[in-house]
Amino acid sequence: MSKESMLSRRGLFMKIGILFNGLVATALAVPMVRFLLSSVTRGRGNAYLSWVPLGSVSEFPEGETRLATFRNPYVMPTDGKTVDTACWVRRIAGEQFQVFAVNCAHLGCPVRWFPQSGLFMCPCHGGVYYRDGARASGPPERGLFEYPYKVQNGLVSIEAGELPTPGPRAALAGKKLPCA
Amino acid sequence: MAQIAEWFDRRLQLAVPIREAAEHPVPRNTASWWYVFGSAALVVFVLQLVSGILLAMIYVPSGAEAWNSLQALNHDVTLGWFIRALHGWGSNFMVAIVLIHMVQVFLFGAYKFPRELTWIVGVFLLLMTLGMAFSGQVLRFDQDAYWGLGIGASIASRVPLMGPAIVKLMLGGPIIAGATLSRFFALHVFVIPGMLIGFVCLHLLMVLKLGINEWPAPGRLVRRATYESEYHELTKKDGVPFVPYAVWKDLFFAAFILLAVAACAAYFGPFGPTGRPDPTVIQTAPKPDYFFLWLYALLSLLPPSMETPALLIGPVVAILGLLLLPFLSGEGEKSWRRRPIAVLTILLIAISLGTLTHLSGFTPWSPHMNAWSGDPVPDRFLHGTTALQRQGALVFQVKQCRNCHSLGETGGQRGPALDSVAVRLTQDQLIRQVIQGGGNMPAYGKNLSPAETTALVAFLETLHPAGQAPARDASREAALGDGAERRAPAQP
Repeated sequence: MSKESMLSRRGLFMKIGILFNGLVATALAVPMVRFLLSSVTRGRGNAYLSWVPLGSVSEFPEGETRLATFRNPYVMPTDGKTVDTACWVRRIAGEQFQVFAVNCAHLGCPVRWFPQSGLFMCPCHGGVYYRDGARASGPPERGLFEYPYKVQNGLVSIEAGELPTPGPRAALAGKKLPCA
Repeated sequence: MAQIAEWFDRRLQLAVPIREAAEHPVPRNTASWWYVFGSAALVVFVLQLVSGILLAMIYVPSGAEAWNSLQALNHDVTLGWFIRALHGWGSNFMVAIVLIHMVQVFLFGAYKFPRELTWIVGVFLLLMTLGMAFSGQVLRFDQDAYWGLGIGASIASRVPLMGPAIVKLMLGGPIIAGATLSRFFALHVFVIPGMLIGFVCLHLLMVLKLGINEWPAPGRLVRRATYESEYHELTKKDGVPFVPYAVWKDLFFAAFILLAVAACAAYFGPFGPTGRPDPTVIQTAPKPDYFFLWLYALLSLLPPSMETPALLIGPVVAILGLLLLPFLSGEGEKSWRRRPIAVLTILLIAISLGTLTHLSGFTPWSPHMNAWSGDPVPDRFLHGTTALQRQGALVFQVKQCRNCHSLGETGGQRGPALDSVAVRLTQDQLIRQVIQGGGNMPAYGKNLSPAETTALVAFLETLHPAGQAPARDASREAALGDGAERRAPAQP
């Protein structure tokens, strides 16, 4: 073996040094990446989705659609007003409701309800929906997003906590999709 | 003075390399007004750094405080409004100058051998500039920023498989909130500017090492084997030192641009903020800043089925195309006079973006949310009408038809103007269209009583020019015999 190709003592130390740094960097990268991805990896069902009350049934007259607001179930001190959210509550009859996200199923702009024509209209790109949330016209590819709701002790609640977006929903086994 | 300079240079040893860089020979005809956009972009970038640092001294990147701190900048802090305006107008100018620089480089064939990597780094610089523009719009945490983030999330969510994860990564949680603003702050203030500075240095280094692109002469072809020696020959034979032969034009233009930014800032003032970022206030029609307006227009005009593929594949193809450009045509003709396809491509893109941006100025695709209550039916459409037809005009307003259909130039433009609809559609066709909708119109069958439909159609039938008869179905008269009498009279 020629002298040049032999591993010298200093060369070995340098390589061990590089390896050592690599190991430490990897060890540090794990918590950093976990921190960065924490908003993705936190499970949906048990972490941020929960039932929030919208008000008593009597606040929503039968056959009408009213705007209701609720506070996001998960709040950080720096959130300010952004955790207050609006939704459209349609009381069909009795305890039968439909609760729509205000976000247009096209690109998320806030839709407005016009009781006279029974339509939701979006100011951004002109998406229009019927009173039951079905798509009427415009660019949306689907109807309005609906929150799961329940009526208990005369109180209407919805399962909320996630911004509804038109993309494919994350497939979480066995978990009912919220706001689908 | 000279002694102090020498003391420093003995330790820094920078004088020689700086002088060499400044006086490196450039081809004489590149000392041109066409070659000033790159340096102007750099100068505006420095302005953005300085004004950005000043803003960061007051701005609070918190969902609860950001809007208030912007108000304080606008109204309480001495000249806060001007620094905000400088930063806002600086960003507009920077996007514009970077684009002009890119077009110039493309038309002059400067991306060809051996400057491929300079071009590629430039493409990344463009993407980062746009990233700064979007993230900066988010930091102006107002209604437009809030709903703009929702639009960004809606687009990102359509990525197959990864969509929901990308949305949560982008928003820093399941909803748009404080964490969203904080991470865009980190991007806008640390991550992207850091990368920008690094890439700008690389870009400049390559301009110095490889030399500025010579003025393209038709017929002088780039060949890998001979280009470098030809360029060297050119700078030796017909070269001038960059300083001062070329640099004075850069200096003049940079100062002019800075003055223009300052003038716009002083005259027009800062951008926003618009309303508080309160998602319970839904009476808002968010709109992006001007460099994304074309996208806003495109998203409303694409057919729904093409939208997701266009949104997801379009940018990838465009960026790949830009990155691959120097490899697809790295040699050959540089002059735009011999590259008609290049010139046409630029024209096509410029006209498309210009048209889309122009359209987004008056958004014909959006319903006018207040037209039904704010824009009355013009008098001339009601002269000499019957009670039934007037009732129909009322139905026309109350049922918000007006939000999408204009009459006498007022009202929405989402649907066709109805000034002469009776010429286009017969009574039966009108009834069918109102009740069943179609052609991008909602069906009104469930929301109109038969009496309302009758009145509405009676009114619509009066909408035809004075000298032009309304459309009629000839077969109907033949089939019904006395059809003429049964048809509601168009004019009493």
